[in-house]
Amino acid sequence: MATRVLLLVGTRKGAFIAESDAARAAWTLRGPICEGWPIHDMGVDAASGAIYAAAGSPWYGPAVWRSDDLGVTWTHSSAGLTYGDGGPAIPTVWNVTAAHGAVFAGVEPAGLFRSDDRGATWSHVAGLTEHPSRSAWQPGNGGLILHTIVPHATDPRRMWVGISAVGTFETRDGGATWETRNRGVRADFMPDPNPEFGQCVHKLVGAAGEPETLYQQNHCGVYRSSDGGATWDEITAGLPSEFGFPMVAHPRDPATAWVVPLNGADRGRFVPDASAAAWRTRDRGASWERQAAGLPQENAYLGVLREAMAVDRLEPAGVTFGTSNGELWTSADEGATWHQIAAHLPDIWSVEALVVEA
Amino acid sequence: MATVVLPRSLVALFPGLERRCVVPGATVAEVIAGLDARVPGIGDRLMAAGGAIREHLNVFVDGERAGLTTPVAPDAVVHVIPAVSGG
Repeated sequence: MATRVLLLVGTRKGAFIAESDAARAAWTLRGPICEGWPIHDMGVDAASGAIYAAAGSPWYGPAVWRSDDLGVTWTHSSAGLTYGDGGPAIPTVWNVTAAHGAVFAGVEPAGLFRSDDRGATWSHVAGLTEHPSRSAWQPGNGGLILHTIVPHATDPRRMWVGISAVGTFETRDGGATWETRNRGVRADFMPDPNPEFGQCVHKLVGAAGEPETLYQQNHCGVYRSSDGGATWDEITAGLPSEFGFPMVAHPRDPATAWVVPLNGADRGRFVPDASAAAWRTRDRGASWERQAAGLPQENAYLGVLREAMAVDRLEPAGVTFGTSNGELWTSADEGATWHQIAAHLPDIWSVEALVVEA
Repeated sequence: MATVVLPRSLVALFPGLERRCVVPGATVAEVIAGLDARVPGIGDRLMAAGGAIREHLNVFVDGERAGLTTPVAPDAVVHVIPAVSGG
């Protein structure tokens, strides 16, 4: 049986798919697909093998695209992806995540939608936008966006979502009601730096095999929660910057995660000292190691956005990130060494990894 | 039956759809509804929530800028044209 490794890359001008075998040394690239639509995120339904893409066209509006043949042919729909005739328009879909037989979409302005027919039709998970804090939600630099969806590994009634400049919420009743999950997370840009909500979560990720362990890259630091988000412990110490966007977790080891720190929110949002690196913890954030072998170490004015990093499930795990200037970098040895897959793609907004046994 | 001329970027979203279609309808809104009946989903690409033509699309009837209520004569030509924008 042959192993196919696919990297699903969302860009400002369509999606691309890089493909390799288990060695992950030589790659082919195809695209642009999804008709060149801006793609904020791509997700995989492990149960069906379907690929989804979260998109918004400046001309034709929002849609979730779906492919059942590993990205060769696509359909798309936005049926039901609306706040209704009197509600605000939805320009784009920021996240698409499949779990427990359903597909979820996070949109702008921030809200959550659910599909039970594989993306053909959508319904609004109104409980989130009915949260009492909703009238006080303010957009971040990227807009008022629900950009992260973390389903509970085993309990379909539980889920966490991340909304920029609003924070993390959890539901334990299938979306009917939601609670803020920001205790311990700083919001240094607010008059009160420890509010109930208003924290600028950049990315949430769940730890393998430990449903109550979450990691978070925030505008103001990196955090770990061991109690399902009820409280957060800061784990920024050892990193060159508290600021960054992506965070990914190891597919098997709940103590291992990666971030790509950037120099600061008001300093250009480049890799520090224009020297590219991923940073890995193998002890739940107690310490961090810089991983830069093969990455450009000078004059690298790179940024990596929140969705533009992914980990595959092979042993050792592959780690990939895409940059805001269209470079795609991958490591087949958990970040020890890196090589470039592509150098001249459009601005990369998302990366997802898929391993297929064919 | 009006003749509707669609942009390449729109027909590319619906395999088999041709750039020129003949569609029934006495107004632009009815023509779009007629298109959607034939090509399910195309209405969502042309119309935003609340029943408005999407902000960056323009519709012309016989060369004149049109809205949803603009009458469409049986021999009219309706153009859907994306705004020239982007980078």
